[in-house]
Amino acid sequence: MLKISTAPHTGSSTDTQTLMRDVVIALIPAALVAIAFFGIGALKVIITSVAACVMWEYLVVRYLFHKPSTINNFSAIITGMLLAFNLPPSIPAWMVLIGAFVAIVIAKMAFGGLGKNLFNPALVGRVFLFISFPVQMTLWAKPNWKDFLNADVQTGATTLGILKHLDASTSATSLTHGNSALADIPDYWDMFIGYTGGSLGEISALALLLGLIYMLWRKVITWHIPFYYIGTVFLLTGVMWLATKDVRYEPVTHLLSGGLMLGAVFMATDYVTSPMSQKGKVIFAVGCGLLTVIIRLYSAYPEGVSFAILIMNAFVPLIDKYCYPRVYGTGRK
Amino acid sequence: MAKKKTFPIGGIHPDKHKITSDKPIVDAGLPEIVYIPVKQHIGSPAKIIVQKGDKVKAGTLLADADGIVSADVFSSVSGEVIKVEEVEGEFGYLESMITIKVEGDEFASSIDLSPDLIKDIPYEPQEIIEKIRSAGIVGMGGAGYPTPIKTSVPEGKKIDTLILNGIECEPWLTADDRLMIEKAEEIIVGAKIINKVLGIQNAIIAVDENKPEAIEILSKLTKTYVGVNVQVCKTKYPQGGEKQLIKAITGREVPSGRLPMDAGCIVQNVGTVFAIYEAVQKNKPLFERIVTVSGDECQNPQNFRVRVGTPASFLIEKCGGITENTNQVIFGGPMMGTSAVNINAPITKLTSGILLLSEELSRKLEETDCIRCGKCVDACPVGLRPFLIAQYTRNNMIDELKGINVLDCIECGSCAYICPAHIPLLDYCKIGKMEVKKTKK
Repeated sequence: MLKISTAPHTGSSTDTQTLMRDVVIALIPAALVAIAFFGIGALKVIITSVAACVMWEYLVVRYLFHKPSTINNFSAIITGMLLAFNLPPSIPAWMVLIGAFVAIVIAKMAFGGLGKNLFNPALVGRVFLFISFPVQMTLWAKPNWKDFLNADVQTGATTLGILKHLDASTSATSLTHGNSALADIPDYWDMFIGYTGGSLGEISALALLLGLIYMLWRKVITWHIPFYYIGTVFLLTGVMWLATKDVRYEPVTHLLSGGLMLGAVFMATDYVTSPMSQKGKVIFAVGCGLLTVIIRLYSAYPEGVSFAILIMNAFVPLIDKYCYPRVYGTGRK
Repeated sequence: MAKKKTFPIGGIHPDKHKITSDKPIVDAGLPEIVYIPVKQHIGSPAKIIVQKGDKVKAGTLLADADGIVSADVFSSVSGEVIKVEEVEGEFGYLESMITIKVEGDEFASSIDLSPDLIKDIPYEPQEIIEKIRSAGIVGMGGAGYPTPIKTSVPEGKKIDTLILNGIECEPWLTADDRLMIEKAEEIIVGAKIINKVLGIQNAIIAVDENKPEAIEILSKLTKTYVGVNVQVCKTKYPQGGEKQLIKAITGREVPSGRLPMDAGCIVQNVGTVFAIYEAVQKNKPLFERIVTVSGDECQNPQNFRVRVGTPASFLIEKCGGITENTNQVIFGGPMMGTSAVNINAPITKLTSGILLLSEELSRKLEETDCIRCGKCVDACPVGLRPFLIAQYTRNNMIDELKGINVLDCIECGSCAYICPAHIPLLDYCKIGKMEVKKTKK
């Protein structure tokens, strides 16, 4: 018996599940770096977060939506990993559970589930925890190779935290003048491979770039958002640095520290919460970059990636309304 | 070689599967019975002028064009008309067809059957158009628009470019490819004929880069013909779409809702151009064409020269029959063709291929939620937003559909091909267009 279908009669082998699975694969290098540098505590946070996100999604779909389970599309796993990546390794498990609840139930399922949410779920979860538990959320572990199984980690400041507390007048002098705070700033290589303090998944630019390359190769995302986001931050801080020679503006440090790489590669590129058209994606990414620089340099917070992306998420419907390709055969826009 | 051209936005790269590009065209032979539909074109069905019991030859007129937007239909075989009524078509619906029992293989005496190439074109433009009209030629790329209308330029319109469409961007199909290889010079003379009608000296044969043999032969031959040139295009779907090809070749766009003529271009499929050559130089009406029989479930894929009216099942049997894993039989290409219910349905002037496809290659039908990935927007060669068309169509928002130019959709199916959530975006586009058109009447 022949089957019939409407055209086209053939389709791409890529579906939602394979796309999401590729994102999970792309996240693995950063997860491995986190476990290597922060020890078993990091693994615990990742597992707790993923398990909690999957559990919340399953419960909501099963008992509130009364629909077939959606956990096999990997999206809850991604949210779980990204949430964990945005947390410090020392965070208690019950806080992770709350963060996962806010991310999945409030930021995602309350809007109708995958594809309907306005804000990036992992970031909503992270910001909720950050505001509710500011102390625990800013205990930044120092990376340590040797004490893999030691849960009592030493804490220290992040690079951006150090920069934030520099006095403008003293920092105007360069590194050679021996300012003690400046001496704590890790060198570029350590920042690049991730031997630095910070959230679980944000420390290693190298691991995140590997993930980016994989996603570009698998055509999961296009280069636009990461390029324009990182490029905007680099350009703005670079211009300010050239103008002032103030170490707080040093562009390479801004590129390699904090959540910029993680945000630009994995959070701002979230399909659901970014614009549909390439034009819109560029505007969105430049907006993220602009807000990140403003928050990092002029707000009370040392880091601005989460807020920048969430604020730009809110602009996505507006961007989509006005940014779309010109239709063939109609006037130039 | 000059730079390879392509259209600037959208497009997809489906697996090409051109497994028959090195298989020479072979004659399919004669079936016992042919079914010749009276409507093998856009417009009104032709009016039947034969009766049951009439003896016909290959080339005998069976049905007369009814009005300007219509086309003559000829017998493709010699034999006896045994039925002049409705027969089940490829969709399983009854269609008006003339059934002929094949007896021998006699051609109408007016047809020049010699294999010689005739380069000289002694006819005036009006005579040429009349010859094209009385050969029942329609656009063989799939649209089936009557060719005489397409080649008659109304007062006030200026055409400066004739584009021969040798792109064949649908996966699997190689009928045009083989025709360009085996009948290259005939196609070039065909281009000269149309040049003469249009009063221009500028025909461009567009061939995509995955047809190296055709490119080589045509490039060599066109050197000796003034006003006919080859342009290599990048392999991308839907490069063969008329509007996309015009943009790629000339950089111009056909204004929304208008015809290629309004961009100074006329586009003809190479198969149509070959038919024009045969009609004008050999007096041969359009009653046979090249058909690729292929697919992952086809045992012995081939390119055939097929008489119009031959049941698809006759060709399928010649290629090893239907296997157990055959999930679908497609008339035409997998992107824009139709999925057949009845494989005894006939090959028409427009059937470029018969494909036997397994379930593995089928588009998945279980729809999940849109994840806003934007792949449909990136894939649309027109610059539409298929995801939004789907939303508006679902909610019957006609004014909004008009506002986002749904009528400019060329129905290439790139959006539905690429959608990871398996949303039937093309169906929504087609329904949306229909709803908008209804309000215009």
